[in-house]
Parts: sequence; structure tokens; C-alpha cells
Amino acid sequence: MSKLILLFLALIPLLCSSFSPETPSDRRVLVLLDDFALKSSHSLFFNSLKSRGFDLHFHLADDPKIALQRYGQYLFDALILFSPTIERFGGSVDAAAILDFVDSGHDLVVAADSNASDLIREIATECGVDFDEDPAALVVDHSGYAVSATEGDHTLIASDDFIKSDVILGSKKIEAPVLFQGIGHSLNPTNSLVLKVLSASPSAFSANPKSKVTTPPSLTGSSISLVSVIQARNNARILISGSLSMFSNRFFRSGVQKAGSPIKHEKSGNEQFLNELSKWVFHERGHLKAVNVQHHKVGEANEPAIYRINDNLEYSVEVYEWSGSAWEPYVADDVQVQFYMMSPYVLKTLSTDGKGRYFTSFKVPDVYGVFQFKVEYEKLGYTSLSLAKQIPVRPFRHNEYERFIPAAYPYYGAAFSMMAGFFVFTAVHLYSK
Amino acid sequence: MVVTSKASPMAQDLLNSFSLPKTLKLKTKQQELLIRVATLSLIYLLAFVTRLFSVLRYESMIHEFDPYFNYCTTPLGRIVGGTLYPGLMLTAVAIHSLLRLLRLAVHIRKVCVLTAPFFASNTTLVAYFFAKEVWDSGAGLVAAALIAICPGYISRSVAGSYDNEGVAIFALLLTFYLFVKAVNTGSLAWSLGSAFGYFYMVSAWGGYVFVGFQHVQSGEHMAAMGVFFLLQVFFFLDWVRHLLSDTKLFQAFLRITVTSAVAVGAVALGVGMASGYISPWTGRFYSLLDPTYAKDHIPIIASVSEHQPTAWSSFMFDFHILLFLFPAGLYFCFKRLSDATIFLVMYGLTSMYFAGVMVRLILVATPAVCLISAIAVSATVKNLTRLVRAKSPSVQSGSSKGTSTAKGSSKGVVDNSQPFQKNGAIVLLLGAFYLLSRYAIHCTWVTSEAYSSPSIVLAARGAHGNRVIFDDYREAYFWLRQNTPPDAKVMSWWDYGYQITAMGNRTVIVDNNTWNNTHIATVGRAMSSYEDEAYEIMRSLDVDYVLVVFGGVTGYSSDDINKFLWMVRIGGGVFPVIKEPDYLVNGEYRVDKGAAPKMLNCLMYKLSYYRFGELTTEYGKPPGYDRARGVEIGNKDIKLEYLEEAFTTQNWIVRIYKVKPPKNRW
Repeated sequence: MSKLILLFLALIPLLCSSFSPETPSDRRVLVLLDDFALKSSHSLFFNSLKSRGFDLHFHLADDPKIALQRYGQYLFDALILFSPTIERFGGSVDAAAILDFVDSGHDLVVAADSNASDLIREIATECGVDFDEDPAALVVDHSGYAVSATEGDHTLIASDDFIKSDVILGSKKIEAPVLFQGIGHSLNPTNSLVLKVLSASPSAFSANPKSKVTTPPSLTGSSISLVSVIQARNNARILISGSLSMFSNRFFRSGVQKAGSPIKHEKSGNEQFLNELSKWVFHERGHLKAVNVQHHKVGEANEPAIYRINDNLEYSVEVYEWSGSAWEPYVADDVQVQFYMMSPYVLKTLSTDGKGRYFTSFKVPDVYGVFQFKVEYEKLGYTSLSLAKQIPVRPFRHNEYERFIPAAYPYYGAAFSMMAGFFVFTAVHLYSK
Repeated sequence: MVVTSKASPMAQDLLNSFSLPKTLKLKTKQQELLIRVATLSLIYLLAFVTRLFSVLRYESMIHEFDPYFNYCTTPLGRIVGGTLYPGLMLTAVAIHSLLRLLRLAVHIRKVCVLTAPFFASNTTLVAYFFAKEVWDSGAGLVAAALIAICPGYISRSVAGSYDNEGVAIFALLLTFYLFVKAVNTGSLAWSLGSAFGYFYMVSAWGGYVFVGFQHVQSGEHMAAMGVFFLLQVFFFLDWVRHLLSDTKLFQAFLRITVTSAVAVGAVALGVGMASGYISPWTGRFYSLLDPTYAKDHIPIIASVSEHQPTAWSSFMFDFHILLFLFPAGLYFCFKRLSDATIFLVMYGLTSMYFAGVMVRLILVATPAVCLISAIAVSATVKNLTRLVRAKSPSVQSGSSKGTSTAKGSSKGVVDNSQPFQKNGAIVLLLGAFYLLSRYAIHCTWVTSEAYSSPSIVLAARGAHGNRVIFDDYREAYFWLRQNTPPDAKVMSWWDYGYQITAMGNRTVIVDNNTWNNTHIATVGRAMSSYEDEAYEIMRSLDVDYVLVVFGGVTGYSSDDINKFLWMVRIGGGVFPVIKEPDYLVNGEYRVDKGAAPKMLNCLMYKLSYYRFGELTTEYGKPPGYDRARGVEIGNKDIKLEYLEEAFTTQNWIVRIYKVKPPKNRW
């Protein structure tokens, strides 16, 4: 809990202006474009955002007036980089500034394309995603391509290999494959936070379609990621896509038929996929908060400053999920609490009443020291909850031990029989002559 | 002894000045009594005053690591009897309440600081009575004087060392005195007193664990139980002999009883051992019998410096001339064997043996050594003065009221009178006084230089002989208190645990009373791992700050680098991935260029020597010259990835590092 509070304290400046813990969705979004033509060619995506209440600010990426922060305060809650070829941002923005933006809890959407600039690649690398080093490379799939009127070079891919997570992609199943045309990337294996949301099929590879493949391609098969997301430790969310055109109206509207599949979909899955994904990235879904941590002895209401070993206690916490407009009870059966001192002495799954309250009761272990109530909840797609509340545990006081224990009855017996015996002995010794 | 010799003329003067107006001469006996009382009270004062160096030089504070725990017996509490012995605290509180009752408003801390000197003074009184009981009142005075300033005892009883030993030695000697008194007089009152003294001693010291059946089950107590059992057998036999008039019948009975008793005892012991009812001996006990045991088997016991075998020099340091007087005293004891002297000899010899095994047990041997030496001094001086005072060789001093042996010896001396006997005696007497005065000077010097500096404030001599004070520990602890979040957790080696808790008011991972060896080993493992491995461990332990003690700038040698091999051993004892040879080069422990690569890159090395390579510590030496070990360090370019320096004290003795949070995007 204290850590969470600290985090919130650190975030206070931006919390005050917009992104409050009460309404965690982003409000003000800066969109950096290569060309203002994108504004109309990708209008469906932008309109979807606007209709959900986002305040979009469009700028050219090399506009010298753009700034992410003023007087130490960030002006935006999220950043969309639809500028795959930009070599240098205008104004004071550079890769480090964008990474700082993320590290202070803001969200980022990066759409790259073939010929992605070094700047975009650098940002992606810092987020644990490595684009194919060949600048002209595209993802090619000779069996999973999208059927089109002209027999193309099979760089337009119909992919339906989604991550299995309702919280990231919404509970409604995406029926139609997603059209993708662009550069592939791989995930840095040392990064434990990055997730493949849309991966290429096993037959895909990354190469320059215009030249003959002479050497084995560096990226092949389903290790190629087409769209990835990262949820940073401070719960900032990042979306990295290898294709800018997949956000376009053309792809949104076009029908799709995957090669080898008899079904022809009237409309590609792009709109549903990207809208749902943007909901996740902009914290309209999967954002949890834990409040009202309470613990007390069984039968008492007040929180004690210290527990005694072998006390029975009750612990409860309320967890809510942000639905985009309101906090709704979060229901799950896998929230656990630890009673922790260097290692968990107690690990219990909390039961829930379905209204957001999670509770359990357990016995304090027979060990004294400084313990913590810890809730470390990390579930795919959800913001991680990390609550820690320190509580000391003391041993019995000398007057709290049981007064009469069965094991000691021989001793009691011995003491009293001794006394009685001595009395009798004295009486006999003195008076029997 | 110096006091005795000083005091006597003084008392004499006093006596003269008082008696002159009345021109009334006190009788010899009264004179003697006056001198004795005056001497004893001066010794009493001296014992107290000589322990006040630390208070005068520094301030009225509590010194060591353990005493801090005793002072702050926290609201968390410890299990009485298991980990804490209440005698000391009860004593201090009793004194405090008594002073309060007398309307003296004294802070409990002051009482705690002065508890040890006060009890040391009382010990001198007990020593007087004990030696008087065993030998005579002269030996008593000498014993009181010797024990008042003996460094072996002062080391644990200076003002501010609020530790169990301060009270326990008093209780120990009191118990022995009352025991001997009870044996000599056969009085029930004395033996009852002895029993109470014993109870007080065990409540003040870790002699006894209250809870459970340990005193029946633990292997250490088997010898005592056996003796108790044998006593029963002995008295039973005595009683049977009383009943049986026939000697032959009794002989047969004796044979059967003794055989069966021994058999029963052996079987009980064997069954108990085999079934595990009687626990095997603990490591500390083994290491008493075999000094090398701990080193091979339990590094955590051997790592404590006071559990090391005693070096010859520290015997010399703590006992000085007593070491040579001790055998002489044994000689006199053997010459006049009685229950009391036999007891004293046994106490002296066993405690001397154990003092040789473990440094800290010098303390237990000190009273015995003082008493036996006092007998030597007293007997020698007495014999010599008798020679000096003898009018002529043939005349025997009639005032001798000693026992038959003493008479015999004096007679023997007179009979075998030598030429220059008187002069020789005077020379020997002067020699004895010279030795005793050297002893007094040595003791005062040792007290002043070695034993009076509280370990949290270090003192050194500057280049011009001036005294330099390093108050780095407290600087660091107050920094922790002021600048870190209240729930921050500090990882350090366990020696500093109590102090960080008490003075820094922060939670520590391990402290001086950590019974869980795995916790200590985990910290040892973190300290001896590479930084990235250590980071994982520190994350799992929720560590926010790491504290290391470093003496490279000041030349303070009991720092963490010198303790480091113990961390490796203790860590390796539980986690075999840590191997001691990885940190050694050809069995040699070094920190310079020739050091082992793992040594140069382990967390402890990095934290100790971070930024040290830029520092010139001594004129004429290269930068990065470690004054504690006298070498130029081997890794001057230390980069920290997972930790950052948070605070380093003025003299670099304490360095505190902050553990960085994990990277945001990885």
C-alpha cells in the first residue's frame, strides 16, 4: 500500500491535471504524423478515439513547436507516433524525452513501417522490440497472405494469430483476420514485460520482397511479431506495430480472405482489433485499483499496531477495474495475499463477494518479527497491483502463556504432594513419641 | 596492591592525627581493622573510578553492539529465558527504582551506564571476603586490589558496557564465596545464600534456559546430572554402611550397588542419546573442548571474534604479572590444601584452560587468577616481611597465629637462616612492589587506551599525537534516521543490526540476535555474489539500503572487508554456490591487483571500494591506497549498476547505498 501511495505521490503533478487515479483513461493525446494526409487516410481510427472522448492534438513530427512538457508538467497523457520515417523530431522532443514520457506513466503507440527510421527503431529497442535490421524488409507469407485481385508479392498478410487475452483484445472474438503490411520485429528475450499480440504464421519470414532471398532470413515463422504491447512496471502501456497501414481506412474497410480459407469476410478484423487494443493501451480496460486495505483480529474492528503470534486475523482489500467510465468490481478467484517476512509464511487465496471486496482470515504464524501483508497481483493484461503493509508480530508476553498446562500436572502434583508429605512428616515426627 | 601500599601510610597518618590529642594508642587489632576498612573502601572507590575513563573521555553512553540490545529491550520483546536473560535488566531497574525512592531523579540510561562499574566495585568486596575465607585477610586485600584493576575484568565492565557479564561476574564470585563459606561452616544459611546467588547468576547470564526440559535433556548438562546421581549413590551407601555392621557384607553390597549404578547410568545415557531424547552437544560446547572444531564445522560460531582461541599476547595483555603469580599461587594452595583451596585450584585450572580456548572466557578466569595470585603475593610478602622484621635469626616472631603449616613454614625459614637473609628479603620485597606497581601502571594504561573506547566512537592518534575522534557510526545512523523512509529496510552484516535498529530506527534484515542461520547466510551470499546476482537476492529480501563498514581511509581494521571471509564461509555453509577458494589466491586473502577475480567484483568489494580509487589516503602513496590493509586496491574502476551511493560518512567508515528500483520497461 505504501508503495502504491508513493507511486501516486510521485504522480501527483500529472494526476492533478488529468490522469487521476479516479479516472485512469487518457484524455489528451498527441499525435505526431509524417504527413497531414494521414489525418484523413486514417480518420476511422482517429474518429473512433475521438468518439470515446479523447482529445487528439495533431502535429507534424518535425514541427519545431511540439513539446511534451512545459514547466516540468506533461501536457499530454499519451502519444501516438504515426511517423515511421522521421529522423529527428521537432522541438525538444527526442528518443530520451519520449522514453521519459513513458517512464513517468504515460502511454505510447508506435507504428513503424518498412524503411523505419533509426529514431523509431531506437525507441522500439528501448521498449524491448527489435525491428528487422534490413530497412527494406517486409514480412512475407506465401501461405497466409490475403487473397486479392492481383497476385502480389504476398506481403499483405491476413493474420489471425492473436494473443489469448480477453482483457487486451476485448471479450468479443475477432472473427476476421487482420490485414498487415509492414516490417516484422522480434521480442528481446531478456525483456519479461513485452507481449506478442499479433504474431505471424509459421510460414512467414522477413525479407526484402524485391530481391532474391540468398541468405536465410533473420526473422522467420511465428517468432516474428507483427504487433506487440508492453506494460511497463509503472503501468504505462506501449503498443508497437510494424505497420502503419493497418490503421488506415483502406485496411479497415477492405474485405479479407485468407489464402487457403474458403471464408471471405466482408470486412477485415483491423477495426475491431485496433479499437480494442487502443482501449487497452489507453487504460479503458484492464486497469485495476486496490483500495481500503483492512486487517484486524477476528472479532475486532480496529486495525492493531502489532499482532501477537498465533493471533487469528482477517484481511480484506477492495479491488476495482476501470471500465472506461466507472469503477466496477473486479471479480477473480486468483488474488492472493502473503504474510511475508523474507519469504511468505502464509499464502492464501482471497475469496470475493463479487462486489469488489476480497477477504480471508488466517492465523499469524508462530514466528515473531516484522511482517508484511503483501498482495502482488500480476495478471496478463491487467495493471499490476503491489500492496505491501508492514506489521510487526510479537511473541507472547510472559502473562499470556497458558496458566495450567496438562504436561505440567506431574510437577503440580509433585509440589503439592511434597508439601502434604512434609506436613504429615512434621506432625508425625513432632507428636508421635 | 599499589593502593594498599599507598593507603596504609595514609591510614596511619589519619590514625596518628586522630589519636594524638587523646594520646591514646589504639590496640594493634583496632589499628589493623581501621587500616583494612580504609584500604578496602579505597579499593572500592578505585574499582569504580578506573572504569569511568570512557564516560569522562566521551560521554555517558552505552557502547557495544549487544549492550544496545540490552538497553532497548524493545516493545517487540524477546522470549524471556530463550533469548534474553532478565537478571541484568531487573538489576538496573531495581537500582533505578531505589534511587527514585531516595528522590534522586536519574535517567535509566545513566543507571545502565554505571551498573557495570558499580558491580565491579562490589566484586572487589566479594573477592576480599572470598580470599579471606580461603586464605587470610591479607590475601583478601590483595585480591580485592588485583581484581579492581585487572584488565581482563575491566574489558567487560567499563562504564557504558551494559552487558550481562558485568553483573554475572559479581554473581559468579558471590556464588563461589557463599558455596565455600557453606562448605567451611556447614551452615544451612550460607548454602541457602549460595543457592540464591546461583539463581541470580543464571538469571543474569546465559547459564540457564528457563523454558522446556533443556536442563534435563541437553548433553551439556549430563555431567552435572551424573554428579548429582553419584551423590545420591554415595549417601545411600553411607546410610547402608551405617545400617550394616558387617564389613564383609557391606563390601559385597558396595560392589553390587556401584556396578549396577554405573550400568544403569550408562544404559540411561546410551538410550537417551540413541533415542534423541538427550540432545547432542551444541557446537559452542564442542568448540570449548576442541578449539578447531568451530572453524571446520560451524563458521558462524568461529566468526565471532570473542570465540577465537586466545593468543598468548592477549593473556599477557589481560593478566600481566598475574600470569606468573598464578602458578606461584597454585603452589601455595597445594601447600595448604583444604576444601576451599582445592575448590579454588579447580576453578582456576579449568577456567584457565577454557580461557585458552575462547577469548571471551578470559573474563571467567579473571577472578580465579586474581584470587590465586593474591594468595601468592600475600604469602610471599608476608614471609618476606616476617624475615625483615625478625630481630635476630634465632628469635621467632611470636605474633604468628597462622595455622600449623604457616607456623611450620616460618619455622623452617628461621631455622635455615642464610647470610644476608634480611637484605635479600628487602631486595625481594622491593622487587615485589616494583612488579605490583608495574601491574598498576599497565592496568591503568590498558584501561585508558584499549578498553574505554566505545566501539561506536573510534579514537586514534593523529600525526602530532593528538587524539582524533571518528564519530562516523553515529553520523551514519542519524543519517538513516533522518533521510530514509520510516519503513526502509537496511541490509548490513549482522554486527550492526542492533545499532541500526536502536540508533537509526530502521528495520534490518539480520541483527545480533538472529537465530536463523539461513537469514545470515543469505546476507553473506548477497555480499559475496556479483552485483546482478546480489540484486536478485536483495529484491527478494525487500532491501532498500545496504550499509557497509569500511576502514580503508582511516585504517580501521575491523571493517567488513576483513570480516568478509566469514561472510563467504557462512554464506557458503548454506549455499554451496559460494566457495571460499574463489575469493583466495593460493590460500591468501588479498584485495590488491593480485586478488581473485571474484573477490574484485563481488558486491562487498564494490561497495567498500566504490570511488575509492580516486582518493589519495596517504601522502606518498598512490590513489586508492587502503590503509587498513596497507595495499593499493586492485579494482579502482568500479561501476555500480543496481545500486547507487546514498551516503558516505566523513571518514568513509560507514557507506550506505540505495538499491535502485527495477527498470521500468524491462
